[in-house]
Amino acid sequence: MIIHLRRAVVVSVIFFVLLGLAYPFLITGVGAAFFSHQANGDLVSSGTGYSGSSLVGQHWVGPKWFQGRPDGDNPMATGSQNFGPKSKLLLHFARAEARLLAKEGIKATNELVTGSGSGIDPDISPHSAYVQVAAVARADHLAPAALRHLVATHITGPYWGFLGSSYVNVFSLNRSLARLESSSGRAS
Amino acid sequence: MDFFLTLLLLVAGLALAWRYLGSYMAAVYDGRVSFLGFLERPTYRLLGVDPEREQSWQRYAGALIVYSGVAILLLYGMLRLQGILPGNPAHHGAVAPALSWNTAVSFVTNTNWQNYSGESTMSYLSQMGGLAVQNFVSASVGIAVAICLIRGLVRRESSTIGNFWVDLVRGVYYILLPIALVFAVVFLAEGAIQTMAGPVSVHDALNGVHQVIPRGPFASQEAIKQLGTNGGGSYNANGATPFENPTGLTNFLSVFLILIIPVSLTYTFGKMVGNRRQGMALLAAMTILFGVWLGVATYAESQGNSAVAAAGVSQRASGNMEGKEARFGYSQSTLYNIVSTQTSTGSVDSANDSYTPIGGMMLLTGMMLGEVTPGGVGSGLYTILVFAIIAVFLGGLMVGRTPEYLGKKIQAREVKLAALAALVMPITVLVLTAIATALPAGRAGPLNAGPHGFSEILYAFTSQANNNGSAFAGLNGNTAFYNILGAIAMLAGRFVIIIPVLALAGVLAAKQVVPASAGTFRTDTPLFTGLVIGVIIIIGALTFFPAVSLGPIVEQLIHGRFF
Repeated sequence: MIIHLRRAVVVSVIFFVLLGLAYPFLITGVGAAFFSHQANGDLVSSGTGYSGSSLVGQHWVGPKWFQGRPDGDNPMATGSQNFGPKSKLLLHFARAEARLLAKEGIKATNELVTGSGSGIDPDISPHSAYVQVAAVARADHLAPAALRHLVATHITGPYWGFLGSSYVNVFSLNRSLARLESSSGRAS
Repeated sequence: MDFFLTLLLLVAGLALAWRYLGSYMAAVYDGRVSFLGFLERPTYRLLGVDPEREQSWQRYAGALIVYSGVAILLLYGMLRLQGILPGNPAHHGAVAPALSWNTAVSFVTNTNWQNYSGESTMSYLSQMGGLAVQNFVSASVGIAVAICLIRGLVRRESSTIGNFWVDLVRGVYYILLPIALVFAVVFLAEGAIQTMAGPVSVHDALNGVHQVIPRGPFASQEAIKQLGTNGGGSYNANGATPFENPTGLTNFLSVFLILIIPVSLTYTFGKMVGNRRQGMALLAAMTILFGVWLGVATYAESQGNSAVAAAGVSQRASGNMEGKEARFGYSQSTLYNIVSTQTSTGSVDSANDSYTPIGGMMLLTGMMLGEVTPGGVGSGLYTILVFAIIAVFLGGLMVGRTPEYLGKKIQAREVKLAALAALVMPITVLVLTAIATALPAGRAGPLNAGPHGFSEILYAFTSQANNNGSAFAGLNGNTAFYNILGAIAMLAGRFVIIIPVLALAGVLAAKQVVPASAGTFRTDTPLFTGLVIGVIIIIGALTFFPAVSLGPIVEQLIHGRFF
């Protein structure tokens, strides 16, 4: 038994050094050398600091912007709202979100009234982006055709044509929208 | 169509892994691979282990239990001392005692049940030096036990079943570490996060949003958490978090990584016993059950969520998206979670709690089958071998002959050990669920009302007793009650099964091999596959049907009512 005990402690130390330090530091080194944008969290620079990460959803209020998933968008508390499929709370949640969208003249779609799994899903389906085009165009005084084109250029996936879904990253879409607005503002 | 192509790619990938990884693993545990000798030999020297000397099953089990006990204590200590240890850029304090206990047990038993939220609780050192180390080691322990049972079936009149320290080290060095290294880099390239730098504050001038983005060395952890069927995540939302699982490709690779070892071990088994068809018969049983569960769950999720439908929103073609990520969609999310629940992994890329009643039932009952379709690394194979022994026993009863499995006579002692190993999990689940539903401390746990609340409790103990680790996460498990009871479930589900399995290995190894005769019941035929499926279903269905009918079945049958 004592010999087991000694070996258990020694092997724990060896594994700690090899698997707990060497392995993650090696991968971190590879990340820093070859994939530093991804390894650091896909951050988008704002000049002085960072305006966010393209992998973390943000809350976009009002018809000026494309809306994402109705999540809390707090990356320090990831997770779903965990409503069961026959939950009154979910029913009320979905109804309230649908009403909010209707007020802006948007017909609610599936991902626009359901919480995501991560609670920070930055993406929506292309369909959910297209249904918002008319409302965003009205609010921003832009041509719907230009916005439809903008959405189309932001459609990603499925990976290799079949892994996962096709989606639109709302964080990037709204950044492009802001650029489009400022350029059309200068033109007029 | 996309889903069909995904499955096709998965099957093709797994077929290759089955053949080559399966045969490689047999070589590793037969000691025919030595290219990492420069790492292996010094390890044995430090341990004072002679790799040529084998152990009886009692000594093997003793070493395994002592090692696991020490690992739990060290991990517990590390979490308690987190506040004063380095590698803590977010300055998290010590993890509370009951939570540290639950977490330490959880990771050493290969469960990775999380009653904590990683981003707000765990330092980087705790994650990579504590939790992720156990992701490797607990997986290696599981494979070692399965290999012992195979050796028991292969050896003749042998008093030993292997050397625990050698099996433990070889599993980590030759199998888990090399594969994890490769896939960690792929996850990294796809966008997974890997940094020692602390959280970063961001401010978006466009919408006025302020966020603090938690970071950490998580691509490396992601690879091993899937490969070792651990499932414990860096973030609370686990594989749904884009930093862990950023693209459709990483989602697919997660599924692939989870499955390669459990599936390939059936080849290893066939190769070591000298008849590949024996392994194929078990793999067929696993695959058929898995396919049925995947099919039913995917169909259920395609039907959409009834609360969303009642809110008047169309779910045509998009299915149930509550708790699911837009980049994966409902079908590939369902694939991930079905794979994860049927392998004792327990990582999730979507919220189990928000699956449709039947979708959620398939996640729950997939675990109740005993985690054999194909089950966790090692644990899946040793558990299905237990079912196979029960199946030959039943077959023997039917034809009135002493049953044999692979030439080993299956007698009273073996059947008793197999029955013990098969019954520990159902007893643990049902007794603890009953206690939790009877006591106020247990009933305080669920978030959702109605039958779904009961499902949350039942799911919690099913998951922990099966060392799965996924949750109907509405349940608030971070209470003294759930932390302590959950740890009991995890310990029982791991060690009270491993000990009879090792005993079985020892008893079988000591036996003679009887030559096959005309009366021998063949165990490499479709008939035997059918019999094994029958045993798995009968044991699972008989023990759990009443409990499941109070949860998901009632929930599905009640129409038009919300809770």
